[in-house]
Amino acid sequence: MGLLNRLDDPYEGGGIVLGKVEELLNWGRSKSDWYLHFGLACCAIEFMAMNASHFDFMRFGTIPRTSPRQADFIMVTGTVTFKMAERIKILYEQMAEPKYVISVGSCSNSGGPYWEHGYHVLKGVDRIIPVDVYIPGCPPRPEAFEEGMMQLQKKINQQAIFNKRKRIELEDSTKDESNKES
Amino acid sequence: MGEIKRMDLEYSQLDSDRMRINVGPQHPSTHGVLRLEVEVDGEIVTEVVPHLGYLHRSFEKHCEKLNYQQIIPFIDRMDYISAMNNEWPYVMALEKMLDIKVPEKVEYIRVIVAELNRIANHQIAVATFGMDAGAFTPFLYYFRDREAIISILERLSGARLLYNYFRVGGMAADIYPGFKDDCLNVVKQVRKTNAEIMKLLIHNSIFIKRSANVGILTPEVAINYACSGPVLRGSGVAHDLRRDEPYSVYDRFDFEIPVGKGDVGVVGDCWNRNIVRVHEMEQSCRIIEQALAQMPETGDVKAMIPKRIKLPKGEVYMRTENPKGDLGFYIVSNGTDKPERMKARGTSFVNLSVIPEISKGYMFADLILILGSIDIVLGEVDR
Repeated sequence: MGLLNRLDDPYEGGGIVLGKVEELLNWGRSKSDWYLHFGLACCAIEFMAMNASHFDFMRFGTIPRTSPRQADFIMVTGTVTFKMAERIKILYEQMAEPKYVISVGSCSNSGGPYWEHGYHVLKGVDRIIPVDVYIPGCPPRPEAFEEGMMQLQKKINQQAIFNKRKRIELEDSTKDESNKES
Repeated sequence: MGEIKRMDLEYSQLDSDRMRINVGPQHPSTHGVLRLEVEVDGEIVTEVVPHLGYLHRSFEKHCEKLNYQQIIPFIDRMDYISAMNNEWPYVMALEKMLDIKVPEKVEYIRVIVAELNRIANHQIAVATFGMDAGAFTPFLYYFRDREAIISILERLSGARLLYNYFRVGGMAADIYPGFKDDCLNVVKQVRKTNAEIMKLLIHNSIFIKRSANVGILTPEVAINYACSGPVLRGSGVAHDLRRDEPYSVYDRFDFEIPVGKGDVGVVGDCWNRNIVRVHEMEQSCRIIEQALAQMPETGDVKAMIPKRIKLPKGEVYMRTENPKGDLGFYIVSNGTDKPERMKARGTSFVNLSVIPEISKGYMFADLILILGSIDIVLGEVDR
């Protein structure tokens, strides 16, 4: 990524980086995301294959944690039933900020095949917790998991840490102006 | 200073409070979303109560609302590790009702894909059982091999895990050129890895100390609880529907039924239940080799059936040997294109019911191993 490449620049003999603290923090956060190991249904088996030697999920800097308190993001892999929804909400609330959610598979995105007649299936995990990245598929291919992880890293790299409110106001005002012009 | 008083303690009279703790539903070793309510006396398990329903996906409701072909994908999602084996009894039940004779080539393709999936299932079972005991390397080895099986099934059906490949009276697609070579390569690789795993895991002295003489299931208890599959065979009962009630073309193959013999530990303990799975992979390899040799080169893979299947009034029950045990489907038809009622005999559900019986009196850490040796899938338990 950009931060390390800049070390090679011949700036005052090299080894010096000029940049924002925010970039550094985001770089650190996006490159060592620990996730809550949370298998629910079929997608969890595909996620096991993803963790194994053939696809090697850990090259993204992810390590499975069994406790929500040590996790940076939660992967909801599978069908969320009403009985389980309660537990997912509790687990999400136990996680420390900053926290992210990846919803894996049709079931946790929208209810999937159980959308119409599944009287015991929650129609999308985003009804109880905020979701950052959706991975489609029933179950998704391991390549889709990789793409989802890359999208999450992209999202973390772009996030604002300092003066959040000021910036959001600024962005909104510029948006309004551009709207007026057009 | 005063003198030291010696206290005479009668250890049998010391009473400790019993504690009730929850294992799951979010727990890495419960193989899904099972919740076990465990009563422990110190470190010793005195009572286990499994709580179900965390993955209840309304299977029977879907069967009443959808027509016969649309149900097949939902059957895949019951036991999602061995989807090919799941589809088979359901499709066979419909064929029995409709009185369809399946082409010979289809029978062989079914045997081959089912046995390939059986190997994949047992690889996951042995790998996760090793992980429960603390061995991570077999997991990596087995998943490396499993990818080869998955890629064959993917080329046949288009999906990696939930195939929807069986159709009433045939298969969704014919085999591809080079299918035989791929299968033979898989068989070769499975045998090689199993020989490695035997040294690495099965006869590892740490693994033996963890799993031998733990969770002993006697043949009488296993039969009383209606256990089937490797759980029953691990107790020394040679019951296999492929031999005892031969369906499809299984009577044409020469294979053995591995049972727990008690080479290490006692018959019916965790080690013997696990070794049965490893030996079964070898037998599946033998069946695949014979089926590939006997399979007719040409032939149609679809029987002539109407697009909209209407079953005659009546009821049918069909069961086959799943990797986890007997899987049966009971269908009541009212003469329309949707079943009146459908009931699945979930293998994992029946096998899980034996847990409270065999885990009493063992250490808490052994409970995780006993659960791993039963090899349950929660999609089939809760349905």
